Amino acid sequence: MNVLLKFYHRLGSPREFYEISGSLIPWFGTISLILILTGSYLGLVVAPADYQQGESYRIIYVHVPSAWLSMLIYTVLAVSAMIGLIWRMKMAYVVMICSAAPGAWFTLVALITGSLWGKPMWGTWWQWDARLTSELLLLFLYIGIIALYNSFYERHLAEKSAAILAVVGVINLPIIHYSVEWWNTLHQGSTVIRSDGPSMDVRMLWPLLIMAVGFNFYYGLILMLRARNQVLIQEARNSWVAELVVNKGQAS
Amino acid sequence: MSFNEFLAMGGYAQYVWSSWLLTLLVLLWNVIAPRYKHKKLLQQVEIQTKREQLKNSTNKI
Repeated sequence: MNVLLKFYHRLGSPREFYEISGSLIPWFGTISLILILTGSYLGLVVAPADYQQGESYRIIYVHVPSAWLSMLIYTVLAVSAMIGLIWRMKMAYVVMICSAAPGAWFTLVALITGSLWGKPMWGTWWQWDARLTSELLLLFLYIGIIALYNSFYERHLAEKSAAILAVVGVINLPIIHYSVEWWNTLHQGSTVIRSDGPSMDVRMLWPLLIMAVGFNFYYGLILMLRARNQVLIQEARNSWVAELVVNKGQAS
Repeated sequence: MSFNEFLAMGGYAQYVWSSWLLTLLVLLWNVIAPRYKHKKLLQQVEIQTKREQLKNSTNKI
Protein backbone atom coordinates (compact mmCIF):
# COMPACT_ATOMS: atom_id res chain seq x y z
CA MET A 1 0.00 0.00 0.00
CA ASN A 2 2.81 2.33 0.92
CA VAL A 3 4.45 1.62 -2.42
CA LEU A 4 1.21 2.37 -4.27
CA LEU A 5 0.69 5.57 -2.33
CA LYS A 6 4.21 6.66 -3.11
CA PHE A 7 3.70 5.88 -6.79
CA TYR A 8 0.48 7.92 -6.75
CA HIS A 9 2.27 10.88 -5.20
CA ARG A 10 5.08 10.61 -7.70
CA LEU A 11 2.60 10.67 -10.57
CA GLY A 12 1.11 13.81 -9.04
CA SER A 13 4.29 15.70 -9.81
CA PRO A 14 4.45 16.81 -13.45
CA ARG A 15 8.16 16.11 -13.66
CA GLU A 16 7.89 12.60 -12.24
CA PHE A 17 4.89 11.96 -14.45
CA TYR A 18 6.88 13.01 -17.48
CA GLU A 19 9.68 10.59 -16.61
CA ILE A 20 7.51 7.62 -15.59
CA SER A 21 5.19 7.93 -18.59
CA GLY A 22 8.22 8.11 -20.85
CA SER A 23 9.22 4.61 -19.80
CA LEU A 24 5.62 3.27 -19.85
CA ILE A 25 4.76 4.46 -23.36
CA PRO A 26 6.69 1.73 -25.27
CA TRP A 27 4.97 -0.95 -23.14
CA PHE A 28 1.49 0.42 -23.70
CA GLY A 29 2.25 0.82 -27.39
CA THR A 30 3.46 -2.77 -27.78
CA ILE A 31 0.65 -4.32 -25.73
CA SER A 32 -2.09 -2.40 -27.53
CA LEU A 33 -0.57 -3.17 -30.93
CA ILE A 34 -0.39 -6.92 -30.21
CA LEU A 35 -3.91 -7.04 -28.78
CA ILE A 36 -5.48 -5.01 -31.59
CA LEU A 37 -3.71 -7.03 -34.30
CA THR A 38 -4.70 -10.34 -32.65
CA GLY A 39 -8.27 -9.17 -32.10
CA SER A 40 -8.53 -7.97 -35.70
CA TYR A 41 -7.30 -11.26 -37.09
CA LEU A 42 -9.63 -13.30 -34.87
CA GLY A 43 -12.55 -10.99 -35.53
CA LEU A 44 -12.17 -10.67 -39.28
CA VAL A 45 -10.91 -14.13 -40.19
CA VAL A 46 -11.47 -16.72 -37.45
CA ALA A 47 -14.84 -15.76 -35.96
CA PRO A 48 -17.80 -17.32 -37.82
CA ALA A 49 -20.39 -15.25 -39.66
CA ASP A 50 -23.53 -14.28 -37.75
CA TYR A 51 -26.62 -16.38 -38.50
CA GLN A 52 -28.79 -13.27 -38.88
CA GLN A 53 -26.45 -10.51 -39.99
CA GLY A 54 -23.93 -12.50 -42.02
CA GLU A 55 -20.53 -10.87 -42.40
CA SER A 56 -21.80 -7.36 -41.71
CA TYR A 57 -21.69 -7.96 -37.95
CA ARG A 58 -17.87 -7.79 -38.09
CA ILE A 59 -18.28 -4.04 -37.68
CA ILE A 60 -18.92 -4.94 -34.02
CA TYR A 61 -15.18 -5.40 -33.46
CA VAL A 62 -14.50 -1.73 -34.07
CA HIS A 63 -17.89 -0.31 -33.11
CA VAL A 64 -18.32 -1.79 -29.64
CA PRO A 65 -14.75 -1.26 -28.36
CA SER A 66 -14.97 2.37 -29.54
CA ALA A 67 -18.34 2.86 -27.87
CA TRP A 68 -17.14 1.28 -24.61
CA LEU A 69 -14.01 3.37 -24.71
CA SER A 70 -16.03 6.54 -25.32
CA MET A 71 -17.76 5.87 -22.00
CA LEU A 72 -14.67 4.70 -20.12
CA ILE A 73 -12.80 7.83 -21.18
CA TYR A 74 -15.67 9.97 -19.95
CA THR A 75 -15.54 8.18 -16.60
CA VAL A 76 -11.79 8.82 -16.31
CA LEU A 77 -12.32 12.42 -17.39
CA ALA A 78 -15.08 13.04 -14.85
CA VAL A 79 -13.26 11.32 -11.97
CA SER A 80 -10.11 13.34 -12.63
CA ALA A 81 -12.23 16.50 -12.90
CA MET A 82 -13.66 15.67 -9.47
CA ILE A 83 -10.19 15.02 -8.01
CA GLY A 84 -9.03 18.30 -9.51
CA LEU A 85 -11.95 20.22 -8.03
CA ILE A 86 -11.58 18.69 -4.56
CA TRP A 87 -7.82 18.38 -4.11
CA ARG A 88 -6.65 20.90 -6.73
CA MET A 89 -4.24 18.37 -8.10
CA LYS A 90 -2.36 19.68 -11.12
CA MET A 91 -2.03 16.33 -12.87
CA ALA A 92 -5.71 15.50 -12.40
CA TYR A 93 -6.67 18.45 -14.58
CA VAL A 94 -4.03 17.40 -17.10
CA VAL A 95 -5.61 13.93 -17.32
CA MET A 96 -9.02 15.56 -17.60
CA ILE A 97 -8.26 17.85 -20.51
CA CYS A 98 -6.05 15.32 -22.30
CA SER A 99 -8.90 12.79 -22.22
CA ALA A 100 -11.40 15.08 -23.90
CA ALA A 101 -10.10 14.88 -27.47
CA PRO A 102 -9.54 11.07 -27.45
CA GLY A 103 -13.03 10.72 -25.97
CA ALA A 104 -14.51 12.82 -28.74
CA TRP A 105 -12.64 10.81 -31.37
CA PHE A 106 -13.89 7.47 -30.11
CA THR A 107 -17.43 8.75 -29.72
CA LEU A 108 -17.26 9.87 -33.33
CA VAL A 109 -15.92 6.47 -34.42
CA ALA A 110 -18.69 4.72 -32.48
CA LEU A 111 -21.33 6.93 -34.11
CA ILE A 112 -20.02 6.60 -37.67
CA THR A 113 -19.33 2.85 -37.53
CA GLY A 114 -22.76 2.45 -35.95
CA SER A 115 -24.24 4.36 -38.83
CA LEU A 116 -22.34 2.18 -41.32
CA TRP A 117 -23.73 -0.87 -39.56
CA GLY A 118 -27.24 0.57 -39.31
CA LYS A 119 -27.59 1.25 -43.01
CA PRO A 120 -27.47 -2.40 -44.19
CA MET A 121 -29.18 -3.84 -41.07
CA TRP A 122 -31.88 -1.29 -40.22
CA GLY A 123 -32.08 0.36 -43.62
CA THR A 124 -31.20 3.78 -42.23
CA TRP A 125 -28.04 5.71 -41.43
CA TRP A 126 -29.55 7.45 -38.45
CA GLN A 127 -32.52 7.24 -36.14
CA TRP A 128 -33.31 9.56 -33.24
CA ASP A 129 -33.53 6.69 -30.81
CA ALA A 130 -32.38 6.83 -27.19
CA ARG A 131 -29.05 5.05 -27.60
CA LEU A 132 -27.96 6.99 -30.66
CA THR A 133 -29.13 10.32 -29.31
CA SER A 134 -27.47 9.91 -25.92
CA GLU A 135 -24.20 8.90 -27.59
CA LEU A 136 -24.44 11.99 -29.81
CA LEU A 137 -24.95 14.02 -26.64
CA LEU A 138 -21.71 12.50 -25.32
CA LEU A 139 -19.91 13.85 -28.39
CA PHE A 140 -21.34 17.32 -27.71
CA LEU A 141 -20.26 17.06 -24.06
CA TYR A 142 -16.69 16.29 -25.07
CA ILE A 143 -16.69 19.15 -27.58
CA GLY A 144 -18.25 21.43 -24.97
CA ILE A 145 -15.56 20.57 -22.43
CA ILE A 146 -12.79 21.28 -24.96
CA ALA A 147 -14.42 24.54 -26.08
CA LEU A 148 -15.03 25.74 -22.52
CA TYR A 149 -11.44 24.94 -21.53
CA ASN A 150 -10.09 26.85 -24.51
CA SER A 151 -12.31 29.86 -23.96
CA PHE A 152 -10.44 31.03 -20.87
CA TYR A 153 -7.07 32.71 -21.00
CA GLU A 154 -6.42 31.98 -17.34
CA ARG A 155 -5.66 28.26 -17.00
CA HIS A 156 -7.04 27.68 -13.49
CA LEU A 157 -10.35 29.19 -14.49
CA ALA A 158 -10.40 27.07 -17.64
CA GLU A 159 -9.69 23.90 -15.65
CA LYS A 160 -12.34 24.61 -13.06
CA SER A 161 -15.08 25.48 -15.55
CA ALA A 162 -14.36 22.48 -17.77
CA ALA A 163 -14.28 20.24 -14.68
CA ILE A 164 -17.71 21.42 -13.51
CA LEU A 165 -19.23 20.75 -16.93
CA ALA A 166 -17.53 17.33 -16.95
CA VAL A 167 -18.97 16.38 -13.56
CA VAL A 168 -22.47 17.54 -14.48
CA GLY A 169 -22.25 15.55 -17.71
CA VAL A 170 -21.81 12.27 -15.82
CA ILE A 171 -25.61 11.99 -15.76
CA ASN A 172 -25.41 11.03 -19.43
CA LEU A 173 -23.39 7.84 -18.77
CA PRO A 174 -26.14 5.75 -17.12
CA ILE A 175 -28.56 7.12 -19.71
CA ILE A 176 -26.39 5.76 -22.52
CA HIS A 177 -25.91 2.40 -20.82
CA TYR A 178 -29.55 1.80 -19.87
CA SER A 179 -31.08 3.50 -22.91
CA VAL A 180 -31.58 0.14 -24.62
CA GLU A 181 -33.52 -1.14 -21.59
CA TRP A 182 -35.48 1.95 -20.60
CA TRP A 183 -36.73 2.79 -24.04
CA ASN A 184 -37.80 0.84 -27.05
CA THR A 185 -34.78 1.41 -29.23
CA LEU A 186 -33.85 0.38 -32.71
CA HIS A 187 -30.40 -0.31 -31.29
CA GLN A 188 -30.04 -3.89 -30.12
CA GLY A 189 -29.79 -4.68 -26.41
CA SER A 190 -26.55 -5.56 -24.63
CA THR A 191 -25.04 -8.86 -25.69
CA VAL A 192 -21.96 -8.80 -23.48
CA ILE A 193 -22.57 -6.78 -20.30
CA ARG A 194 -25.82 -8.33 -19.02
CA SER A 195 -26.89 -9.86 -15.73
CA ASP A 196 -27.22 -13.41 -17.13
CA GLY A 197 -23.80 -13.37 -18.79
CA PRO A 198 -22.83 -12.75 -22.41
CA SER A 199 -25.25 -14.10 -25.01
CA MET A 200 -22.64 -14.31 -27.75
CA ASP A 201 -20.86 -17.35 -29.16
CA VAL A 202 -17.43 -17.57 -27.51
CA ARG A 203 -15.67 -17.55 -30.88
CA MET A 204 -17.27 -14.16 -31.50
CA LEU A 205 -16.89 -12.95 -27.94
CA TRP A 206 -13.15 -13.48 -27.50
CA PRO A 207 -12.03 -11.26 -30.37
CA LEU A 208 -14.34 -8.54 -29.05
CA LEU A 209 -12.88 -8.71 -25.55
CA ILE A 210 -9.32 -8.74 -26.88
CA MET A 211 -10.07 -5.71 -29.05
CA ALA A 212 -11.67 -3.92 -26.10
CA VAL A 213 -8.65 -4.51 -23.84
CA GLY A 214 -6.37 -3.46 -26.70
CA PHE A 215 -8.36 -0.23 -27.09
CA ASN A 216 -8.01 0.43 -23.35
CA PHE A 217 -4.24 0.14 -23.56
CA TYR A 218 -4.31 2.33 -26.64
CA TYR A 219 -6.18 4.99 -24.68
CA GLY A 220 -3.54 4.74 -21.94
CA LEU A 221 -0.92 5.27 -24.62
CA ILE A 222 -2.45 8.35 -26.24
CA LEU A 223 -3.43 9.80 -22.87
CA MET A 224 0.22 9.67 -21.81
CA LEU A 225 1.41 11.11 -25.13
CA ARG A 226 -1.00 14.03 -24.82
CA ALA A 227 -0.41 14.54 -21.10
CA ARG A 228 3.35 14.75 -21.66
CA ASN A 229 2.77 17.53 -24.20
CA GLN A 230 0.45 19.33 -21.80
CA VAL A 231 3.04 19.05 -19.02
CA LEU A 232 5.70 20.51 -21.32
CA ILE A 233 3.44 23.45 -22.14
CA GLN A 234 2.48 24.11 -18.52
CA GLU A 235 5.98 23.67 -17.11
CA ALA A 236 7.85 25.40 -19.95
CA ARG A 237 9.28 27.96 -17.51
CA ASN A 238 10.69 25.35 -15.13
CA SER A 239 14.34 24.46 -15.21
CA TRP A 240 13.75 20.70 -15.48
CA VAL A 241 12.16 21.19 -18.90
CA ALA A 242 15.25 23.05 -20.12
CA GLU A 243 17.41 20.25 -18.70
CA LEU A 244 15.43 17.76 -20.81
CA VAL A 245 16.70 19.37 -23.97
CA VAL A 246 20.25 19.57 -22.65
CA ASN A 247 20.34 15.84 -21.84
CA LYS A 248 18.71 14.87 -25.12
CA GLY A 249 18.97 11.22 -24.22
CA GLN A 250 15.97 11.50 -21.91
CA ALA A 251 13.99 13.74 -24.19
CA SER A 252 12.72 11.01 -26.49
CA MET B 1 -12.74 -19.20 -47.91
CA SER B 2 -10.81 -17.47 -50.71
CA PHE B 3 -9.18 -14.08 -50.36
CA ASN B 4 -11.72 -12.53 -52.72
CA GLU B 5 -14.55 -13.90 -50.64
CA PHE B 6 -12.90 -12.44 -47.58
CA LEU B 7 -12.70 -9.02 -49.25
CA ALA B 8 -16.32 -9.23 -50.37
CA MET B 9 -17.52 -9.69 -46.76
CA GLY B 10 -20.66 -11.46 -47.95
CA GLY B 11 -21.74 -8.40 -49.92
CA TYR B 12 -21.21 -5.95 -47.05
CA ALA B 13 -17.68 -4.97 -48.11
CA GLN B 14 -18.31 -1.22 -48.32
CA TYR B 15 -19.81 -1.05 -44.83
CA VAL B 16 -17.36 -3.38 -43.07
CA TRP B 17 -14.19 -2.06 -44.68
CA SER B 18 -15.07 1.60 -44.37
CA SER B 19 -15.75 1.08 -40.65
CA TRP B 20 -12.43 -0.65 -40.15
CA LEU B 21 -10.55 1.86 -42.27
CA LEU B 22 -12.01 4.80 -40.37
CA THR B 23 -11.06 3.20 -37.05
CA LEU B 24 -7.54 2.48 -38.29
CA LEU B 25 -7.07 6.08 -39.45
CA VAL B 26 -8.31 7.48 -36.14
CA LEU B 27 -6.00 5.14 -34.21
CA LEU B 28 -3.01 6.17 -36.32
CA TRP B 29 -3.82 9.89 -36.23
CA ASN B 30 -4.12 9.96 -32.44
CA VAL B 31 -0.62 8.56 -32.09
CA ILE B 32 1.03 10.54 -34.89
CA ALA B 33 -0.40 13.96 -33.98
CA PRO B 34 0.74 14.08 -30.31
CA ARG B 35 4.15 12.63 -31.24
CA TYR B 36 4.65 15.35 -33.83
CA LYS B 37 3.54 18.00 -31.35
CA HIS B 38 5.96 16.60 -28.75
CA LYS B 39 8.83 17.03 -31.17
CA LYS B 40 7.78 20.62 -31.92
CA LEU B 41 7.47 21.44 -28.21
CA LEU B 42 10.95 20.12 -27.46
CA GLN B 43 12.31 22.20 -30.35
CA GLN B 44 10.63 25.28 -28.90
CA VAL B 45 12.13 24.60 -25.49
CA GLU B 46 15.54 24.21 -27.09
CA ILE B 47 15.27 27.53 -28.93
CA GLN B 48 14.07 29.25 -25.76
CA THR B 49 16.91 27.76 -23.71
CA LYS B 50 19.54 28.81 -26.25
CA ARG B 51 18.10 32.32 -26.43
CA GLU B 52 18.29 32.66 -22.66
CA GLN B 53 21.83 31.30 -22.56
CA LEU B 54 22.82 33.84 -25.18
CA LYS B 55 21.17 36.64 -23.22
CA ASN B 56 22.99 35.60 -20.06
CA SER B 57 26.35 35.45 -21.78
CA THR B 58 25.96 38.89 -23.41
CA ASN B 59 24.90 40.36 -20.07
CA LYS B 60 28.19 39.25 -18.59
CA ILE B 61 30.18 41.13 -21.27
